[in-house]
Amino acid sequence: MTNDVDRNRRQFLTVATSVVGGIGVAAFAAPFVLSLRPSAKARVAGAPVEVDVSKLTDGERVSLEWRGQPVTVIRRAQEVIDKLPEIRDRLRDPDSDEPQQPDYARNEHRSIKPEFLVMVDVCTHLGCAPSYRPEIGDPRLGSDWPGGFNCACHGSRFDLAGRVYQGVPANLNMVIPPHRYKDDTTVVIGEDEEEA
Amino acid sequence: MQDNNQNPAASGGTALGDWIEARFPYRQFLRNQLTEYYAPRNFNFWYFFGSLALLVLVIQIVTGIFLTMSYKPSADHAFASVEYIMRDVEWGWLIRYMHSTGASLFFAVVYLHMFRGLMYGSYKKPRELLWIFGMLIYVVLMAEAFMGYLLPWGQMSYWGAQVIISLFGAVPGIGEPLATWIRGDYLISDITLNRFYALHVVALPLVLIGLVLFHLIALRTSGSNNPDGIEIKEDKDENGVPKDGIPFHPYYTLKDLVAVGIFMAVFFFIVFYMPTFFGLFLKPANFEMADHLQTPEHVPPVWYFTPFYAVLRAIPDTFGGVLAMTLSIVILFFLPWIDRNPIKSWRYRSFLYKLLLLTFAGAFIVLGYVGIQPASTTIDQIGWRMTQLYFLFFVVSWIYSYPRSNRYYYTAFAIVAGVILMFDLWRGPDAFAWAMSIVPLGLTAIFLLLPTVTRLDESKPVPERLTS
Repeated sequence: MTNDVDRNRRQFLTVATSVVGGIGVAAFAAPFVLSLRPSAKARVAGAPVEVDVSKLTDGERVSLEWRGQPVTVIRRAQEVIDKLPEIRDRLRDPDSDEPQQPDYARNEHRSIKPEFLVMVDVCTHLGCAPSYRPEIGDPRLGSDWPGGFNCACHGSRFDLAGRVYQGVPANLNMVIPPHRYKDDTTVVIGEDEEEA
Repeated sequence: MQDNNQNPAASGGTALGDWIEARFPYRQFLRNQLTEYYAPRNFNFWYFFGSLALLVLVIQIVTGIFLTMSYKPSADHAFASVEYIMRDVEWGWLIRYMHSTGASLFFAVVYLHMFRGLMYGSYKKPRELLWIFGMLIYVVLMAEAFMGYLLPWGQMSYWGAQVIISLFGAVPGIGEPLATWIRGDYLISDITLNRFYALHVVALPLVLIGLVLFHLIALRTSGSNNPDGIEIKEDKDENGVPKDGIPFHPYYTLKDLVAVGIFMAVFFFIVFYMPTFFGLFLKPANFEMADHLQTPEHVPPVWYFTPFYAVLRAIPDTFGGVLAMTLSIVILFFLPWIDRNPIKSWRYRSFLYKLLLLTFAGAFIVLGYVGIQPASTTIDQIGWRMTQLYFLFFVVSWIYSYPRSNRYYYTAFAIVAGVILMFDLWRGPDAFAWAMSIVPLGLTAIFLLLPTVTRLDESKPVPERLTS
């Protein structure tokens, strides 16, 4: 050994070793970080759900489960869609300002196609399942009832686009899940439109 | 290493003791840590809370180990296994109530310990790292408590975790994937419960013990501060012993034992007679099993999180609220560099500084109350004003670091009042809000304008030696 230490060489080796070692540590950390993502089992359980809406007639609905939540698909008649703007002043958030829906469903009918409503059937108050009450002037809900959803638990009311009424316990519109149309009559719930 | 085996003082015990000492210097360790570790002679009751925190940590670890022997971390069995511990495991109720009461009292003790540090300036040079290790312990403790709270798998466990995890979902851009990564699922599920169990039982306790060790090493290096905020190490006798120091053992070990006795009386009174502590330690809704389709009426966090939860709610914007809440914790880490006033103890600081610190403590307590209440216009407004006072503490502390000119105070007042009004305007004021703005504005005027016309901002002279 001599006292002639090549400091440049030593510094280069220190830095080079540290960088390579650091990359190694980061690479080795990756499997651990990634292991925390949803497992194959969780992904299957949370996979998108397809539903064929071709057989639905006006006013009919079909319910299914997606990621542990009940989702309902309803076909609305043209006159129902035309009436949606009429009760705006009885609603708390008629323009869907609160982020309760994907951007492509932020419109008067809160859906991609006006006739089909795809919605999570959970009351935004305390998580009960609101009942579907499409009949105009339903005797249980009063003569001015234009059709919509009524939560029997605490009396929250929503219109046929899932928009919440004023003066009820819930203060958010019902949730529209991400969904897209695979073809004209097949809805995929759980995938966004732009991902298609 | 030091001259451990040749030092005559190192021997003097039995032959076996000497044999061990030469291989494992336990006597030297005890001397360094206890019998020849000199602590200031004027500790008051505020100095109990550090050792009490250590005691609670031991209680939590021991009771926790016994709980894991009967608990099952699965969504199907967790709730029933806790009931099994409570009803069928012999003395299980005692062990569980000790663990749940210990969690709350851990925070009570830690909050008092931190306030002691604020009063006597224990975060200031040379104890900045001591303070930072303490803050890290506090943050890890919050994570530990949060994850532990999910394990009973009751309604409040479930929906409390839901609220907190959805805060991560508010981060722009990466929010939802981040929340999914934390849950390991698209909703809080068996998977989430299992990983929280692993973190609560293994990972975070290890980190906690390591940090406590760092905290103690830093403490033994700089030595304890004291109610006078005077460095006893700067005044030593001919033997190198601080003139105002007394050996930690037996003086403070025995004194701490008195505190342990009183603390244990309070602790077991709660365990035996009021384990739910008026619904603050254990909430009624948590005696119902978690149901992902049924939200409870009102989901407040446990009491020790509520001050920060109130800050979160005070901002009418989800991500803004998350930022404010994060800042309210992170800013405490920087306290050693915010308050640079050379006088440590509030005993010798100005009247206005004492008022400032009491305002801060008061705002923290009111925030804690606000955070546990259901939202309403009044509660939200109070939360907002207390949030302003919370942050005002740090601004005024920074200004009070040095003597300032009148002109400086006028400018500072104009800026601070301007910022308060700006935030009020952004938050959308109404008549009630305008009336309430007198609180932060009035206190700002007291803290920043009174020094220009009175002498309430003058510090007192710090004595050479400890006073009592």
